[in-house]
Amino acid sequence: MTLSAPTTATPNRAGPGQGRAFLGVLGRDIAVTGKEFGTFISQVLMQPFFLLFVFGVVLGQLGYVTPGYAQLLLPGLLALNAFFVAVQATAIPLVIDFSYTKEIEDRLLAPLSTRLVAVEKIVFGASRGLFGSLVMIPVGYLVLGNVDWQLSGLPFSALLLVLGSLAGGAAGLCIGTLVSPRKINVVFALVITPLLFTGSTQFPFLQLENLRWFQVVCALNPITYISEGLRGALTPSVPHLAGWVCLLALVASCALFGAIGIQGFVRRALD
Amino acid sequence: MSTQTTTRPSAGSEADDAAPAVEVADLVKRYGRSTTPAVDGLSFAVRRGEVFGLLGPNGAGKTTTVGVLTTRVTKTAGRATVAGIDVTADPVAARAVLGVVPQRPNLDRSLDARGNLVWHAAYHGVPRSRRRALADELLERMGLSEKATTNPDELSGGQAQRLIIARGLMHAPQVLFLDEPSTGLDPQARLFVHDRVVELAASGVTVVLTTHDMDEAAKLSDRVGIVDHGRLLALDTPSALVAGLPGEATIDLVLTGADAGALQGRIKEVRGVAGVEDRSDESASRLRVRADGEAGAALAPVLGAVADGGGTVTQVELGEPTLEDVFIDLTGRGLR
Repeated sequence: MTLSAPTTATPNRAGPGQGRAFLGVLGRDIAVTGKEFGTFISQVLMQPFFLLFVFGVVLGQLGYVTPGYAQLLLPGLLALNAFFVAVQATAIPLVIDFSYTKEIEDRLLAPLSTRLVAVEKIVFGASRGLFGSLVMIPVGYLVLGNVDWQLSGLPFSALLLVLGSLAGGAAGLCIGTLVSPRKINVVFALVITPLLFTGSTQFPFLQLENLRWFQVVCALNPITYISEGLRGALTPSVPHLAGWVCLLALVASCALFGAIGIQGFVRRALD
Repeated sequence: MSTQTTTRPSAGSEADDAAPAVEVADLVKRYGRSTTPAVDGLSFAVRRGEVFGLLGPNGAGKTTTVGVLTTRVTKTAGRATVAGIDVTADPVAARAVLGVVPQRPNLDRSLDARGNLVWHAAYHGVPRSRRRALADELLERMGLSEKATTNPDELSGGQAQRLIIARGLMHAPQVLFLDEPSTGLDPQARLFVHDRVVELAASGVTVVLTTHDMDEAAKLSDRVGIVDHGRLLALDTPSALVAGLPGEATIDLVLTGADAGALQGRIKEVRGVAGVEDRSDESASRLRVRADGEAGAALAPVLGAVADGGGTVTQVELGEPTLEDVFIDLTGRGLR
């Protein structure tokens, strides 16, 4: 048996073009998600399902919350999943990859600029977030039996979810590149839990006027703008922030987290 | 498995009509606030089709140099090119023409063995229709056909290393960098890897390998660069490096009864002795004598000098100097 020059692939001096390399790297992540689809789906659905079931159904039947509450909660849970699933999909593998396994090295050596590898991580995290958010719609129908949405708001909702997922992916990139593995548990406890409850997911932001300090905290959480924007588009009867404010805040989050995250990624990728 | 023994194209025959496969000029790398640079003004060039060994003790700057050449480490100063492409100015183009076999296994454990190869090809733009056939071909060459659907976690060290080499070849690189390719492998796996390196060179791929294993460097490399403290100490063919040492033969002595240091001076005076090196360790006093001409001719007077100094020789060994002697001569015996 001989080892001649690998003839089946022609050496290509110019390289394959960064677009193809980008799609290759993204394709790998999607294929891996596909192989672990069952785990992925149960991870994504468990928490919001129980939130919806307990707050929307159980407490409603016991008479502790008003029947309309579930309609307020569902858009919030879509928002929550869009952001959080994206954060987790980006942050956790990166922490492990950069610190222990170095498995990402093969992708860092692909003919693709290091910044574009970082962008791929954001896009992949966002696509998982978007998916995790969309599967909440049928779950909502199943659990609540009836969902009153203004269908004309769907296109704007889709835009908000895409931006919200991208902001989540970018935030995950920040966490994944700035946090050491020893501290990841602490960070998840100290950052993720507050984010979970300050995203105006479970309450309308504008009605917090008697809890001004809490309202200010919520204003700093990007999830607030996904939740509020979705309510404005789908359930406009609930008090909500103006759509353009939400769009602007989400674009700003994407830009800020994206810039910090990509910077952090490049620093970790290159010595 | 039969291995084709092909004579390598004589290095240099292509060097004139093409840019060197690898060129490093006045390369400096300083990490963070470290005061001593890891690479300190290194310069060398590798010809196309050559197997080039970077030999040096741990921490000499070998891996950093390979890191710069493979676009993973940013240089502080100097110039580094692969196949004529400046790795700092155009890292994306450089990555398309180089392949890397890293020191630490970094296989993708979310994919099976074949998946590692197929997706690597996808990153490098190998058309979808060719990826699978190419992966199977390389798995077979590396003796891994039966492991195609195995997760990297379940491969032995040698199998993982072969898979990493196969992965590095999937995009048909012009230059393959192997960082400590056989560290931690058993002798069979080492020989297998060595055979693959020889075949690769025969097929025209330039190979740059780093190692601290003298035998590996001498066996595989057309030329060897000896590096220490980030500087190049010597660069030549293994035989020329050995020939450059004073003396043509060695006499190793194990002594008792006298101080090795004191005897060293006496032996140096003997006619035909080119040099004496104190190689004592905790267990015994040892001297290595380098002799001009045949060792046998110098042996009697050397033994006489030891006896005159009050020492007793308990063991004698005659030999020829090796790359290790060159290495020790240049980098000293101090532990790193």
